[in-house]
Amino acid sequence: MKVDLFIPCFVDQMTPQVGLSVSKVLERLGHSVAFRSAQTCCGQPSFNAGYWDEARAVAIRAIKVFDGAEAIVGPTGSCVAMMRAFYPELLAGTPHEGAARDLASRVFELSEFLVEKLGVVDVGARFPHRVTYHDGCHGLRELRIKEAPRKLLRAVEGLELVECDEPESCCGFGGLFSVKFPMISTAMAEVKGESLARTGCDYVVSGDPSCQLQLAGWMARNGRQARFAHIAEVLAGDAT
Amino acid sequence: MSAPESSGSGRARRKFLSDAESHVRDSGHRSFVRRTLTGYYSSRDTQKARYRSWEHARDAASLAKWSAVNRLDELLPQFVERFEANGGTVHWARTADEARAIVLELVAKAKASSIIKSKCMTSEEIHLNAALEDAGYGVVESDLGEFIQQLRGEPPYHFVFPCMHVRRDEISELFRERLGSAPTDSPEELTMIARRHLRQLYVDADIGISGANFLVAETGQVSITENEGNARLTVALPRVHIAISGIEKVVERLDDLAVLLPMLATAGAGQPMTCYNTLYAGPRRDGEPDGPDEMHLVLLDNARTALLADPEQRDALYCIRCGACLNVCPIFKNVGGFTYGTTYQGPIGSVITPHLRGLAEWSHLSGASSLCGACSDACPVRIDIHHHLLHNRRNAATSSPNRVEKMAHAAFRAVASRPALFALGGALFRKSYWALRRLPLPLLKGWLATRDLPAPPQRSFRQEWRRRAGRDG
Repeated sequence: MKVDLFIPCFVDQMTPQVGLSVSKVLERLGHSVAFRSAQTCCGQPSFNAGYWDEARAVAIRAIKVFDGAEAIVGPTGSCVAMMRAFYPELLAGTPHEGAARDLASRVFELSEFLVEKLGVVDVGARFPHRVTYHDGCHGLRELRIKEAPRKLLRAVEGLELVECDEPESCCGFGGLFSVKFPMISTAMAEVKGESLARTGCDYVVSGDPSCQLQLAGWMARNGRQARFAHIAEVLAGDAT
Repeated sequence: MSAPESSGSGRARRKFLSDAESHVRDSGHRSFVRRTLTGYYSSRDTQKARYRSWEHARDAASLAKWSAVNRLDELLPQFVERFEANGGTVHWARTADEARAIVLELVAKAKASSIIKSKCMTSEEIHLNAALEDAGYGVVESDLGEFIQQLRGEPPYHFVFPCMHVRRDEISELFRERLGSAPTDSPEELTMIARRHLRQLYVDADIGISGANFLVAETGQVSITENEGNARLTVALPRVHIAISGIEKVVERLDDLAVLLPMLATAGAGQPMTCYNTLYAGPRRDGEPDGPDEMHLVLLDNARTALLADPEQRDALYCIRCGACLNVCPIFKNVGGFTYGTTYQGPIGSVITPHLRGLAEWSHLSGASSLCGACSDACPVRIDIHHHLLHNRRNAATSSPNRVEKMAHAAFRAVASRPALFALGGALFRKSYWALRRLPLPLLKGWLATRDLPAPPQRSFRQEWRRRAGRDG
């Protein structure tokens, strides 16, 4: 299958290695991977802040960028949820509504793409560590992704998957919420971060680099030992 | 209550921010509230598992409320007709002011000297106790949690668990101080102390005030759900019963309660059923041994019809006030019930308060959310709670945009529409990262105060990809 990468803006700028790991996993499975360099951002920051006119312009542009793509795969539940769950609402009643619904049916978060769309569970990775998985809320509740990443991780050679005691609690990132209400955001990071730390795992793995930014940022500041990896990096054998 | 303001003063927002700031520092309080809820989570899950399908039950409950709320124009008059045929009297109140005036007049007409009251959030919404006290009437809360909060001089912390934030030893001390009881650590004994104090008050009271959980249009009955039996005494012993209810509490059929009552109990308190579920059909009739001489029902609008007119958020009127969304909300658990400054705390409160009290002054509650969606998943009647927070944000940004924010998002749109500019902006950010950290940028400072931010990489993904293509090609 021909797969188009959807690289969210902060992956582009902050964690480019995650994008490279995604392409490595997909290519290893025999798919051809392309990156359309005209892509920028999905528009979620403006959408979540209530500035829907601004978000709409960015969304319409993103829909055009991915025109004709067979499958669009991104290493994030959040930005994929923006496209799949929110573009149709954002563009409802506009001439772009049909195109938004069409895009929604073609865009996938990495783990659900591998498991649900390709039917792959074992990607041939090895990662001999105790790991806990953090669910991003957009993936969990807008896309209903819960089992796919766990199926993939359980199939990784040597990997032991452990659940934390706050498995469905939010990390507190929430985009601009994290800086508009930093005290609440930080309190949430503390609750989730302590729960992750209690597992005593070697690694926290997540499908959302933004959650990782928040949790790793809080844990590092507060001296909690934890290494973080994106699920794409684990599956690609790139996690360090 | 004042009419919704067209532009906010920002006072509620500033108070919210400063209260949240001080609350999150109280880690003892925060972990106490989290611990208090752990028992709820496990019993809720046990009870949910007893449903053949909890999700289908949610569909059924949502459907029952959908059909009632969308036919309010038909079902409300039907309910009123049957309620009055049962001997009750209905009073319509458009606003909180009108509702208070109606109650005060009923109380005056009954020449009441003492009033007992069971749990009623609608009365909190209209600030009834203060109005009664200002008019010189004593009113005592008979629900244990509300009684404790009344003694403490605090509003409910949580609209289902009013004193969930109060430790047992604090209750013991409060009772010792105010009721002269001996200190005890036993919850049963504490309950008995309150009960002994309240029993005579039921007998003495001239008026009993209650809320309503459901109004059954088919039969004209008022359904009240409680765990302590206090509402039965409040309603049955005094001469006059006044129930206060929002107009959205109507359901069509008695059968609807077959799904709504157990779901209210399970979602709200992790119970299979609440202990007492009573249907009240008018005052005492000839030959009946007990019951009040008069039964009045105040039907309150207070902006509910405006919410009904909003097709996007109309489903917020399905709310059965179970409190499940508060119990799972990380914001509620971390800022506490008082920080909201509203009658209805938590996610559903953040959705409806702007409708009840004005969007401009209360939109910050919709902003204070990571939009995690735990509330919507917990809601037994499937209110799209967290998406309504987004809708409130959009409505606020449209009706009273923040000038600086509006400019920032317009600039963002301009950059995101031009890939070259976008790449340049990213490169500038990465190259100037260390300099930026030293600048007084409030948002960045807000992050860095409590969290590390890793230094960005040398190259962006798009640069890495080009290099790779160059190597491969």
